[in-house]
Amino acid sequence: MKYVIAIIQPHKLDAVMKELEDKEIHLKTVSNVLGCGRQKGRTEVYRGVKEAGNLIKKVKLEIGVNEKFLEQTIAAIVKGAKTGNIGDGKIFVMDLDEVVRIRTEERGGVAIG
Amino acid sequence: MKKILVVLSVLGLMLGAGMLFAEEAIAPATTPVCAVPAAVPVSPINTGDTAWILISTALVMMMTAPGLAMFYGGLVRRKNVLSTMVQSFFLLALISVQWVLFGYSLAFGPDIGHFIGSLKWMGLQGVGMAPNPDYAATIPHSLFMIYQMMFAAITPALITGAFAERIKFSTFVVFSLLWATLVYDPICHWVWGSGGWLRNMGALDFAGGTVVHISSGVTALIFALMIGKRKGYPDNPAPPHNMVFTLLGAALLWFGWFGFNAGSALGANELAVSAFIATNTAAATAALGWMCLDWFFNGSPTVLGGASGAVAGLVAITPAAGFVTPMGAIMIGIIVALVCYTAVVVIKEKFGYDDSLDAFGVHGVGGTVGALATGLFATKLVNAAGNNGLFYGNAHQLGIQAIGVLATIGYAVVVSFVLLKILDKTMGLRVNEEEELMGLDVTQHKETAYTLID
Repeated sequence: MKYVIAIIQPHKLDAVMKELEDKEIHLKTVSNVLGCGRQKGRTEVYRGVKEAGNLIKKVKLEIGVNEKFLEQTIAAIVKGAKTGNIGDGKIFVMDLDEVVRIRTEERGGVAIG
Repeated sequence: MKKILVVLSVLGLMLGAGMLFAEEAIAPATTPVCAVPAAVPVSPINTGDTAWILISTALVMMMTAPGLAMFYGGLVRRKNVLSTMVQSFFLLALISVQWVLFGYSLAFGPDIGHFIGSLKWMGLQGVGMAPNPDYAATIPHSLFMIYQMMFAAITPALITGAFAERIKFSTFVVFSLLWATLVYDPICHWVWGSGGWLRNMGALDFAGGTVVHISSGVTALIFALMIGKRKGYPDNPAPPHNMVFTLLGAALLWFGWFGFNAGSALGANELAVSAFIATNTAAATAALGWMCLDWFFNGSPTVLGGASGAVAGLVAITPAAGFVTPMGAIMIGIIVALVCYTAVVVIKEKFGYDDSLDAFGVHGVGGTVGALATGLFATKLVNAAGNNGLFYGNAHQLGIQAIGVLATIGYAVVVSFVLLKILDKTMGLRVNEEEELMGLDVTQHKETAYTLID
């Protein structure tokens, strides 16, 4: 099992969700986060004063998948989130030791989807 | 380039102010400042009336910002809240200057062909402390002027509900200034200006059902059709981001509307009391009506339904406030709740236009209901200076009201259409897709309303 964490542009969330739905990946957790990558934040102007280095609003997706779903999950996120510009975000993939569905106490691969 | 044009047009307004300043300095000398105490004639100015209209002016100002700004601001998504609120705020400033420079003169100045006022009162020359009996005999002419300024400011602000979340700010500025000058000022003159053709014909519009609500409402529809739908509409709903704002905004509108309607009596008198009661009664009835319809058709009485109903009731009672009894106000409240609910929930969905915050559905439709209902429920028992409506034996009045409605709709639609066509070709009406997705706050103003941390 793998745990996929994707950091994407907030305005690309709808597109990513649609791609994931099309690939029948229905379960995900979404949260608002702040961060910055190579573009080193955004400059905002308040009362004429430029403030550089503001952290940028991003959206974080967290998805647990079985191995055979991994590549299509990644493909769906890339397809939905990619603009080709700096700031498109990142996808992190890590091993997932255990999953427990609380309602039934099932464990492992059956509990994930 | 276009940005420079916008900045120049705003600066041009201010420059005009500077040029008129020299003449202004002389103007007060033409009115006698202090007469000989013994020979003082009885002043025509009534201090009670003056106090009430001063307060009413401030109340109507409050309707635009914060009232309308909060009402609309709560209804948009969080990435567009600043851009939506600042549109109302900005118009309060823009139209205030326009009105002083030439707007008041075009709307209320000496009549030209029953169509528009002349530019004789540019920069408020000749508009002083002496009352103008054509408009209000017991308060300073200047007070009438600034009271009307607040009406001129809120009217274009009502339109902003139609193009929310996708308008280019620069185009919005130019459109609003042109619309206020070419649409609002003439229609205002027809209905309220001395010599205006609808006023001469006997059309009843107590506080601005046609002038304010129909003119802005139908323009909103044209705008919504020409700018196109928001991206994702109607499949991806854009839920209101803060219903607390919206409810408070609606409550502030209700509060401010007492200045709008009861203030339109232009005095602290019986008529103001009567208009005050009619206003509150219609707002309350329509709020109840809309919530009941919600409850019946959707299973729950929604907050937005209550807020929308109250505003629809206030819109509809606006032209009628000084002419109808409290029972007439209840009837108008019931009718407008039914009609506006149908317009917003059924008709909008059926035709698929994206009147995002229902500027047409509430103000255009509600204003039309109110103007026509005035021709049904008006009675001389309430206001001897008015007239009887159909239910008081004067079917003719309904016909006059209908002419007023049709003329306003026709004129506002045609001029707005031409304006929008020109602006679409020259400046472009809407932001690009990327900017729309990111939100107008960051892309148009480089600011954000809410931070995530801190």
